[in-house]
Amino acid sequence: MSQPIASINDFVVKFANVNGSGSASANTLFAKTILRMGVPVASRNIFPSNIQGLPTWYEVRVSEAGHIGRRGGVDLMVAMNPQTWDQDVEEIETGGYLFYDSTKPLPKSKFRDDITVIGMPLTEICNREYTDARQRQLFKNIIYVGALGALLDLDGAAIEALLSEQFKGKDKLIQPNVHALHLGRDYALKTLKCPLDIRVKRTDAVGNRIFIDGNSAAALGAVYGGATVAAWYPITPSSSMAEAFMRHCARFRVDPETKKARYAIIQAEDELASIGIVIGAGWNGARAFTCTSGPGISLMQEFIGLAYFAEIPAVIFDVQRGGPSTGMPTRTQQSDILSCAYASHGDTKHVLLFPEDPRECFEFGALAFDLADRLQTPIFVMQDLDIGMNDWLCEPFTWDDTRRMDRGKIMTAEMLDAGKEFGRYLDVDGDGIPYRTLPGTHPTRGAYFTRGTTKNRYAKYSEEGPVYVDNMDRLIQKFETAKKLVPAPLRRNAKQPTRFGAIYFGSTTPAMKEALEALEQRGIHLDILRVRGFPFADEVLRFVAEHDKVFLVEQNRDAQLRTLLINEGSVDPARVVPVLHYDGTPITARFIIAAIAEKLSAFTVTPLRKAAP
Amino acid sequence: MTYLAKPKLHHPQLPTNKLGYTRRDYEGAVSTLCAGCGHDSISAAIIQACFELALQPHRIAKLSGIGCSSKTPTYFLGASHGFNSVHGRMPSVLTGANLANRDLLYLGVSGDGDSASIGLGQFAHSIRRGVNMVYIVENNGVYGLTKGQFSATADRGSRSKRGALNTDASIDMIGLAMQMGATFVARSFSGDKAQLVPLIKAAITHNGAAFIDCISPCVAFNNHAGSTKSFDYVREHNDAVNRLDFITGREEITADYAPGTMEMVTQHDGSALRLRKLHTDYDPHNRISAMSYLLERDAAGEVVTGLLYVDAAPMDLHGHINTVETPLNALDESALIPGAAALEKLNASLR
Repeated sequence: MSQPIASINDFVVKFANVNGSGSASANTLFAKTILRMGVPVASRNIFPSNIQGLPTWYEVRVSEAGHIGRRGGVDLMVAMNPQTWDQDVEEIETGGYLFYDSTKPLPKSKFRDDITVIGMPLTEICNREYTDARQRQLFKNIIYVGALGALLDLDGAAIEALLSEQFKGKDKLIQPNVHALHLGRDYALKTLKCPLDIRVKRTDAVGNRIFIDGNSAAALGAVYGGATVAAWYPITPSSSMAEAFMRHCARFRVDPETKKARYAIIQAEDELASIGIVIGAGWNGARAFTCTSGPGISLMQEFIGLAYFAEIPAVIFDVQRGGPSTGMPTRTQQSDILSCAYASHGDTKHVLLFPEDPRECFEFGALAFDLADRLQTPIFVMQDLDIGMNDWLCEPFTWDDTRRMDRGKIMTAEMLDAGKEFGRYLDVDGDGIPYRTLPGTHPTRGAYFTRGTTKNRYAKYSEEGPVYVDNMDRLIQKFETAKKLVPAPLRRNAKQPTRFGAIYFGSTTPAMKEALEALEQRGIHLDILRVRGFPFADEVLRFVAEHDKVFLVEQNRDAQLRTLLINEGSVDPARVVPVLHYDGTPITARFIIAAIAEKLSAFTVTPLRKAAP
Repeated sequence: MTYLAKPKLHHPQLPTNKLGYTRRDYEGAVSTLCAGCGHDSISAAIIQACFELALQPHRIAKLSGIGCSSKTPTYFLGASHGFNSVHGRMPSVLTGANLANRDLLYLGVSGDGDSASIGLGQFAHSIRRGVNMVYIVENNGVYGLTKGQFSATADRGSRSKRGALNTDASIDMIGLAMQMGATFVARSFSGDKAQLVPLIKAAITHNGAAFIDCISPCVAFNNHAGSTKSFDYVREHNDAVNRLDFITGREEITADYAPGTMEMVTQHDGSALRLRKLHTDYDPHNRISAMSYLLERDAAGEVVTGLLYVDAAPMDLHGHINTVETPLNALDESALIPGAAALEKLNASLR
């Protein structure tokens, strides 16, 4: 028997469940209780592409230090699924804990001797207490939360307060849930050694942060960004964003007097129609978006090219999952970067935004609509499943009530009457962005024909070489303008001068921050830069130029952001070292530390250049 | 086709409509289609219908896909915004445009290559959503712009200009539109302006998904013996079930009609459709009997034309999803953005 792990406010609990068993809400209750005790948590659903009967896991990392990336390894396994028993037991760290339903005796060979085993006859307790099969199932989940509360020294009042909030309006459900909670708690206190050496202690490390998933946050961003038209087609992991938009709109966008909707949401027949609806609405002056994932992006390619070339505002939220093809629909990756950046045939380039957490999903979600109108082009918000479908602890949302929508360059009837020259593709300000008129503006002026074919500055069809080149070059100029409008990269220098740097983006942030602390403790210093938008700001290229080697940490096999950087920035490929994580699980600090330390040792054995004096 | 620009000057005494516009104000650029193309007749009918209805040209948005028919929006309503989108995807673009601004009139122009193949899904779904639009398919059974391949509406057994036999069954756009719940369904023939113009007018004033399948012979590739979409074939096999007069306001009915041969249909905007029945037992309000009649005549090789189905009290997509009366593209911050206080409340619920 190894020494049991002892840790206060720093451990990982993993729940192994069967999907469709109602465990999700019990598990969330567990995570939220710890948050209410002032201790940061990171929670992640690991689930199959299935509705009922297959294994599903819920991982809760408790970290007073605020590390909310995935850690890897499990200190306490709550093994509720016989199907995955062996693999679940295997995953427990040496000295860890196994909590299981001991109703049916299991042979000794099913356990390990280097962990602490905690059996509780959950099924038996349920069968004794309840007669209804569904109740037995649902309350079993609450009973184990009650027991875990005792084992981990959770604040019982906090759990009960959360239950009351959860069932507010359905008050008669509160009491039975509290009862189940007590059943578990009382059994544990009476029968098991409580608390364990891993436990939670109330502190004040959460502050005013909020706990929300990125898809809900992005949908809220769309509400605050003034989106009125949404068209979507169900696809994991983006469907919950469309559903959240419906929820937010029902709450915030119903005319209080007429009860009519200040929004239109269409569940389209496919992704082709979704983006078509968005483009039609954008052309006609409404702020419109679709949300999808990789396969949807593939389907939308032709239309995205039209929006680029005809210069129509559109916002596309891509909640990335594991590809290629159907790939890993319920796993996370950052693998649509190239297919979005260069979406469609011919010479095209698109603006991408990379939010790091739900807070930025909200912020960039709203910003995307200003950018789309300003730049008259598709804007991609590059979420991923890890941010999109998991609750993250993040800074609260803020909004400036004096902020106005930037509708970009729209020529009005008054401007036309005043004799202002209108050429739909005429660059009057030198920023590559022309004026547009909305349909229905003026009886005699400003009408034009929108087309995907080549046209001159006045929107007249033309296949003349110079006319085509003139237009394509202006589009490049517009892309230059975009550079200054996308969120700037954020740089943080190491405590001491270093020749090494690291670039990262999106959901890698928490793992990267944690890795950086650990590397620093080992004496490895890195300047870091977080990319938040594409086209890359000059600062990104400067960052690469200032370092001998820059690690580019990303969650795909082919180093897609690195490719983009080398391609667009003419960066020396030898300077940019890929650190790639692509097994579908969220990247961990442990992975980054190991990868960078290993690559670094190779470089430092044969230094390419002397360190700066 | 001609390369000459259309002169802007016109006769000072051209008739004007009640807005003071002449028919010329509804025209577009000179057509670049082949001389005698049925599509040009449809463009002329659209111009005539808009002129007669005294519509404001700039309050119409004309959208199309790709193909000969989809080129035609350039040739009418030059003062309207137009959108030549991607192949078969006009319906989704039109749906989005309509959602953004419910106050404009949406005219979707497509062809059989555009709407019956890649666009079949979007055609069907825009109809079943009840998008308020006029959807005209200029149906010639052939891919003109790529020089004469069969389209999906070509009849089985018909022959191409080069003599090839079409062995695939044809797709019946009218049957589909009916099945998908279109609230206005008509078929006409580009060679019958007297029938087509009132149908377009009625479709424009219809507050829902109005579909017109307009047989429009392709003079270059599908107007020969052996084709079932040629001028001669359609003239010989045209089975018109009714003739339509479009009436605005309270026009006096002067002609006498035998009992059961005339019906007035009043639309939501007060306009009326006077249907002169050519088949007294054809009921354009009964979808099931209409579909059965159409199938029967189709099997006999006839082309049934006229107003085939109409719902006098339709509901459109905006009605279904209960959107506000103000166009969505005109809502401002105060209507759209909940503000900082609401956000703070939301934050509090997430702790």
